[in-house]
Amino acid sequence: MKKYLPLIILAILSVLPLIGLSSYMMHILILVIMWSAIGMAWNLLGGYCGQVSFGHAAYFGVGAYTSGILYYKLGISPWWGMPLSVVVVTLFSLLLGYIVLRLRGPFFALATLAMGEVMRVTFENVGGLTGGTLGILIQKRTWVSKFGYYYIILFVAAGTFFLIKKLIESKLGYYFVAIREDQDAAESLGINTTLYKTIALCLSGALTGIAGAFYTNYMGYIDPHVVFALHDISIVTIMIVMVGGVATYWGPLVGAIIMVFLAELIRSIPGLGAAHQTLFGILLIVIIIFLPNGIVGDFNKIKRVFKRETPRNELN
Amino acid sequence: MISLEGFLQTLIAGLLLGGLYALIGIGMTLIMGVMKIINLAHGELMMVAMYIAFWMFELFKIDPYISVFIAVPVMFFLGIALQKFLINPVLKVDSILPENQVILTVGIGMVLANLATIFFKSDYRSTPVNYATSAWYLSDYWKSTPLDLSLSVPWTVSFLFAVFITVSLWFFLSKTDMGKSIRATAQDLDAALIMGVNVKLMRIVTFGIGAGLVGAAGCLFIPIYYLYPSLGGQFTLIAFVITILGGLGSTVGAIIGGLILGVFESMTATYIGMGWAPVGRFVIFVAALIFLPGGVASLLRKQRFGK
Repeated sequence: MKKYLPLIILAILSVLPLIGLSSYMMHILILVIMWSAIGMAWNLLGGYCGQVSFGHAAYFGVGAYTSGILYYKLGISPWWGMPLSVVVVTLFSLLLGYIVLRLRGPFFALATLAMGEVMRVTFENVGGLTGGTLGILIQKRTWVSKFGYYYIILFVAAGTFFLIKKLIESKLGYYFVAIREDQDAAESLGINTTLYKTIALCLSGALTGIAGAFYTNYMGYIDPHVVFALHDISIVTIMIVMVGGVATYWGPLVGAIIMVFLAELIRSIPGLGAAHQTLFGILLIVIIIFLPNGIVGDFNKIKRVFKRETPRNELN
Repeated sequence: MISLEGFLQTLIAGLLLGGLYALIGIGMTLIMGVMKIINLAHGELMMVAMYIAFWMFELFKIDPYISVFIAVPVMFFLGIALQKFLINPVLKVDSILPENQVILTVGIGMVLANLATIFFKSDYRSTPVNYATSAWYLSDYWKSTPLDLSLSVPWTVSFLFAVFITVSLWFFLSKTDMGKSIRATAQDLDAALIMGVNVKLMRIVTFGIGAGLVGAAGCLFIPIYYLYPSLGGQFTLIAFVITILGGLGSTVGAIIGGLILGVFESMTATYIGMGWAPVGRFVIFVAALIFLPGGVASLLRKQRFGK
């Protein structure tokens, strides 16, 4: 059963649009799947390899702009941005990794955060290439209905899932976890930590970049404030993984479902919309204090809490 | 064409800005040194202090410089409360990622910034103090000066305040028992514990002091800067860049780092363009990471060993 769970969920997700959901529900589903793909990519670097990145917006944005610039400067269909973003973002990650992978732990986290901000400011200031703060508008959408977009992002997310699962179960995955647990010990056992951290960073970046390129195609409009957003991209990515479960296969999906629906719910309640970051922040604080490994990671803990309460009720 | 006068004026502006940056950086470096965590809500704490100073001015006509004495204690206790009720519990929690505390401070920062947006709207505000645009000119004192340089009054007063606070902090850290205990905790937590230092208390006090320092910086910034709820993130990054530049946990390094950053930023703003000032900040950050990973503190240490 457990072995086929990914395939069952994939099958459910691929027939889900056929039951005739509204365009709004489809939009939510697309967002859930896109965010879970980004969450999985972050999880590879942050959860398994232990390098907590606060700057995934940098990869997301570079991916998104690869598509955008192809269209804006060369007039090529932005869909070509999806394969091309893999190359561009990998090269970008290599360069970034050279700088930030010298740092460890919280310092790495902050350096990546700074990098995300640098990218935003840079893209704002090189207006000739990126359209500056005006952003890039894709004038002609490929499809009006959302089916095509849904299946493309589902394909991307499923690919990400199986790729990461395969990687983590291979020798490489064990190297990653060893680096997370104790970098010095891993190094002394003969693991080339710099190399494997770079691999994790490039993979994670490239997978995020594909999602970014998809975002350009789907939303049809990007500007530096949207795709390099610190709170709305980088921090939300971390929250999705933290809420769902760090270093678990299903954590990002669970987290994405909770976060996207929660965001929509908060937005739909009048008067509460402005407070959505407060509620996200409180959720983050609560999760970190009570469920530090997320809902999937601490699932047994949650079960125990409920189990422990049942007998007590019976006694009363 | 770079004129000497313009260059010197930019240098002065940079040094004045750097003094204030140093104050922000010291708060962060102190917390980092003692608690080994990065406070990513640092800029947001500064924003809170700025709002305190702003409302003091708006409601009671209290000058921002006098608000320093109100905001610092408030921020001190806010810092203590944050540390005691939110950060300390997380230090004990066992989890896969040790960076949980950093992510926690991000959460705190988000809540603070968003609450400020809700309560005070995201309007840009400033305190219209009557000395805001006045300045001292060199030509007023020395008639035949070849270069006419000026010192803005609020910038200079803020800078002097920052210097005064830094010097008092230095006295506190090096001359008092509690200051010495804090430094001992930063150097070696276990050894300090064995020597009878109340490490837990020191951590709480340090977070309070860090928050108080950045609170003071907020009050000093408000006469010369404008205020809006999301300003915190930018200053958190500045504080972090200073900390890296100065060397992690080094107070002297933070002062030098702050001055370097201030001068560098004001140079990029003058000679390259206003929009590029944040990029200049990160150029220096990346350069520090590549060429001087230990920060200014490592240079200072090397020299000491050399003798």
